Amino acid sequence: MSHEQLKRTALNNAHRQLGARMIDFGGWDMPVTYAGTIDEHMAVRTGAGLFDVSHMGEIEVRGAQALALVQHITTNDASKLQIGQAQYAGLTTPQGTFVDDLLVHKLSDEHYFLCVNASNTDKDFQWIVDNTKEFDAEVENTSGKYTQIALQGPRALEILQPFTNVDLGAIKYYWFANGTIDGVPAIIARTGYTGEDGFELYIDPNASEQIWNGLLEAGKPVGIQPCGLAARNTLRLEAKMALYGNDIDDTTTVYEADLAWIVKLNKGDFIGRDALARQKEQGLTRKLVGFEMIERGIGRDHYPILIAGQQVSQVSSGSPAPYLKKNIGLAYLPMSHVAIGSQFQIDVRGKLTAAQVVATPFYKRSA
Amino acid sequence: MATFPDNLSYTKDHEWLRLSGDTAYVGITDFAQQSLGDIVYVELPKVGDTFEISDPFGSVESVKSVNELFIPVSGEVLEVNEALADAPELVNNDPYRDGWMIKIKVVDTTEVDGLLSAAEYEDFVKE
Repeated sequence: MSHEQLKRTALNNAHRQLGARMIDFGGWDMPVTYAGTIDEHMAVRTGAGLFDVSHMGEIEVRGAQALALVQHITTNDASKLQIGQAQYAGLTTPQGTFVDDLLVHKLSDEHYFLCVNASNTDKDFQWIVDNTKEFDAEVENTSGKYTQIALQGPRALEILQPFTNVDLGAIKYYWFANGTIDGVPAIIARTGYTGEDGFELYIDPNASEQIWNGLLEAGKPVGIQPCGLAARNTLRLEAKMALYGNDIDDTTTVYEADLAWIVKLNKGDFIGRDALARQKEQGLTRKLVGFEMIERGIGRDHYPILIAGQQVSQVSSGSPAPYLKKNIGLAYLPMSHVAIGSQFQIDVRGKLTAAQVVATPFYKRSA
Repeated sequence: MATFPDNLSYTKDHEWLRLSGDTAYVGITDFAQQSLGDIVYVELPKVGDTFEISDPFGSVESVKSVNELFIPVSGEVLEVNEALADAPELVNNDPYRDGWMIKIKVVDTTEVDGLLSAAEYEDFVKE
């Protein structure tokens, strides 16, 4: 894909001015790093980091049957949401595998706001439209209307508070508020993809540079760093948050992905419910687990996994963990080897290297 | 800005070589370490291993990627930089000194004449 064809977020110029290294990420021209992945990662764990995640998609559902529609396509129970609350869910196929994973926000009884993965946005939108024709609700892809900025880290709240009319301390984890940031209307959600406290802000693209630059300036005293996709990946991996395309996709079920907590079989019918109910009854043959390298070496994405000399799967996500200073990863293993302490081998470019299953999340912030 | 010391020879694979008699130190260039970003692991050969010119002799890993290392001239490994096992960041901090990777006995010093000068390498990376 040539450079001209890449999609750009409203913050593209800001990234270039900051000296970011840019890459083609699913057709988007995105910053992969600014000062260095390890510095950015550590800033989020100890202070704050600012991410442009405007490539993420937004799909809105409005109408009398908005809730019924959302319930039909997702695995979690959206009827439990109150206005101003968000939940993580699977968008599933009839086989109980992932079309995508997403966040469902309830704006009102007849208005839900879905945040989906960048590269899946068009596919998800089409999937939802095709599978919900009988519902009295409108589905709209509103991705172009929002810049999404994530401010993450233990110091995020104190940096953001002076910019907003909302009492941020009153927003609980996985809740959100409608308010203003720097005078501009915004959805302010206490959500994130880093394992830290923080906020995801949905704002008008025209105001994004002003807010981005303002937050970076205000965060200087606590060592805020602009953070690229590389740090976003290592942060989410330490927190064992799944990445679509690596850890979950349309070949992995929600149960196999170890996400039983987002499957609510008793909420009524939904796409994939029968398959998931059957799998729950019959039991799993494999499950996504976290591992740590025992021997020196980094088991990276797609490296083969062997048990007793036979390849059983491959690493779905594997990387050095900058905060934990270990080499960690995620992989699907047969149920015989999912217990903590189970050992197996990873083929690290021809060298069989020992690894073991460990408890997850690898990193959990102190309360 | 990357630096290109005049007393070194360079390859298009971004290794440098510092010849002294018939032995030489080998590492990766300042340009290379900047492109790779934070280096977290360096895999090096064993003392006594021999390599032909341009053979892969190890790898250097950043958070995001793995890159092979290619030997600038044929030689036998006399020493490896053991400090990199615990402090791979030396390659980022000081690529031409503390971040050296291997010391070799050069088989044929005329092979060094085929490498790039500092000016030639600088032109190469600016293209």
